Amino acid sequence: MSIAKLSGVRLWCQGVVVATALAISALTTVEAQTIKVGMILTYSGPDAALGEQIDRAVNLYVKLHDSDLPPGVKIELIKRDDTGINPDLAKRLAQELVLRDQVQILTGGQWTPNAMAIAALTKEAKVPFVTMTAGGSAVTLQSPYVIRSGWTLWQTSYPLGEWAAKQGWKNAYTVVSDFAPGHDGEAAFTKSFTEGGGTIVGSVRIPLKTTDYLPYFQKVKDVNPDIVYVFNPGGPQATAFMKAFDDIGITKSKIKLLGPLDITYDDELPNMGRSALGVVTLGQYSPAATRQANVDFVAAWKKEYGANSVPTYFAVAGWDGMHAIYDAIKAQNGKIDPDATMKLLRGWSDPNSPRGPIHIDQAGDLVQNLYLRRVEEKDGHLANIEFATIEQVGDPWKAFNKK
Amino acid sequence: MTTTITILFFGVAYGMILYLISVGLSVTMGLMGFVNLAHGVFAMLGGYATVTLMNWFGVPFLAALAIGCVIVAAVGFALERTLYRHLYGRSELDQVLFSFGLILVSVALVRLAWGPLAQPIQLPGYLKGQVKIFDLALPAYRLALVGFGAAVIAGLWFAFDRTLFGARVRAAVDNRAMAESIGINTSRLFTAAFGLGTGLAALGGGLGADVLAIAPAYPLQYIVYFLIVVAVGGLGNIKGPFVAALAIGVSDTACHYFLPQVGSIFIFAFVFVVLVWRPNGIMARR
Repeated sequence: MSIAKLSGVRLWCQGVVVATALAISALTTVEAQTIKVGMILTYSGPDAALGEQIDRAVNLYVKLHDSDLPPGVKIELIKRDDTGINPDLAKRLAQELVLRDQVQILTGGQWTPNAMAIAALTKEAKVPFVTMTAGGSAVTLQSPYVIRSGWTLWQTSYPLGEWAAKQGWKNAYTVVSDFAPGHDGEAAFTKSFTEGGGTIVGSVRIPLKTTDYLPYFQKVKDVNPDIVYVFNPGGPQATAFMKAFDDIGITKSKIKLLGPLDITYDDELPNMGRSALGVVTLGQYSPAATRQANVDFVAAWKKEYGANSVPTYFAVAGWDGMHAIYDAIKAQNGKIDPDATMKLLRGWSDPNSPRGPIHIDQAGDLVQNLYLRRVEEKDGHLANIEFATIEQVGDPWKAFNKK
Repeated sequence: MTTTITILFFGVAYGMILYLISVGLSVTMGLMGFVNLAHGVFAMLGGYATVTLMNWFGVPFLAALAIGCVIVAAVGFALERTLYRHLYGRSELDQVLFSFGLILVSVALVRLAWGPLAQPIQLPGYLKGQVKIFDLALPAYRLALVGFGAAVIAGLWFAFDRTLFGARVRAAVDNRAMAESIGINTSRLFTAAFGLGTGLAALGGGLGADVLAIAPAYPLQYIVYFLIVVAVGGLGNIKGPFVAALAIGVSDTACHYFLPQVGSIFIFAFVFVVLVWRPNGIMARR
């Protein structure tokens, strides 16, 4: 066989390969471009109710906005269950999503410890990660590929301490769940309350899996402070806290309960009953708010999930997070580049979120309005009623720790 | 002084919760010698029955508790007849594997039926808030728990130490062959004792529902507490778990009040020390 003939065969082969490749690429541009989004939430265990809120909000957003995507672009949500606060499992799930399912965007990130573990991974994998409801300030520092669509404990607790000091209260006791957001909340409230002239007369960190809160709260009652700053991660634990405060008689005493919005979690208000009346919280969202964007959002939610279902701030964090992801995908016309995505997300804004105007700053944190709310009875139901607004708050912790 | 009494009371109340959810296991595991890890399943079912009867059918709390008990005891009775009895003579590993499998099956089934969320429970008005006794304001619900716990231990002690049924169960546990040879129908006896154990578990689950939330993960979440109470109390007697639950409740509560930093480690350190000191439990017979 001559050399010339051999090279002819090779040329022919190359031609076929090139033609096939061209045909395939032509096909894919016509075919739908599918963006895979991996979502890690808590779907089982005692805190599944919180995950369900986020999941429902994300599903509702997808349902109402899928037609907004550029033609031919589709989103495939791949959901995984982290079963609760479980950083090892969350990390493994994220690894599988990135390596096996080849997701281009990660989201969910319900708990700070889990989000920390996932965030560390995104640094290597270069996958944008929108953490929805992790409240620990440090999460967005873990990797350049993380932004937050929820809130931080410093955001909700630092202004609360300032406000409390201005009300003339002198002595405060802090009671927090013993994990990262609890430590953040305690530090933030303590800093602003003492700067405003108040004194912290006691503080306690309660383990997450505590079943009996009475001995801790008895101590609070014995010290008899003006106010108690409380933090727990919302959901059923918020009810357990409130019931114990009621059992021990603090809710009916002169001691005032304050905290970030987690402690009067909207979904749990019916379970807390009247013991929660009068509790003042600071937070970014109440389903009872009367902004038009929120009225529309709540109406869409109730239409989808029934009149008895209420979207909480967990749902809104999921809703806005999905909104940011959709906008980033739209802006890139369906072709996801990690660095370009992060650039888009870092400047993202929505003047009309259900919680008011919001934007994401360069640190990756969400800047938003915070509302002081009081638990009141409205139309026969308990609700968090907003009575004052603190405009456009970023994450104070980042401001204090700027180098 | 008031503080000491209050803390003591909270400790006793907490101990009673532990006792009420574990006492059924002290019957099946402690007396019948069956390593029944699935104990929490029956407690959970009791909780679900109580909450469902109250929320869906408007049955009052105490009646719902009683009906729940009967339903779950019937379920336990049926399971004993069909599944458990085949494992009486088998090794402990077989029993552990079987009962753990039962947990997984039940968790999945309950999730399918009731969903993943914790079930809300609204206690009746007379169990909410506080009751004033002299100078002390004590939570009404905890007082009721203490009352129930005391009634249960008294009833059990009477049933096992003072009645023919109790004497027969003790005889059958000590030496099954000998008990049969003197004419005791041990098979029927064990079915009855097992039904009693599951009924008690259901009572504990329903009564404790306000503190230990009723959700599908229940049997796994609280399994540590059941096992601790029975292990510290010692197998083969009724009073052991009671003493153990009270000791754990009071010391854990006192620790939370006086040394909150030590937090959740205390209970495990306590169990460790007790078991090193008395490997067969506080009240072990042998």
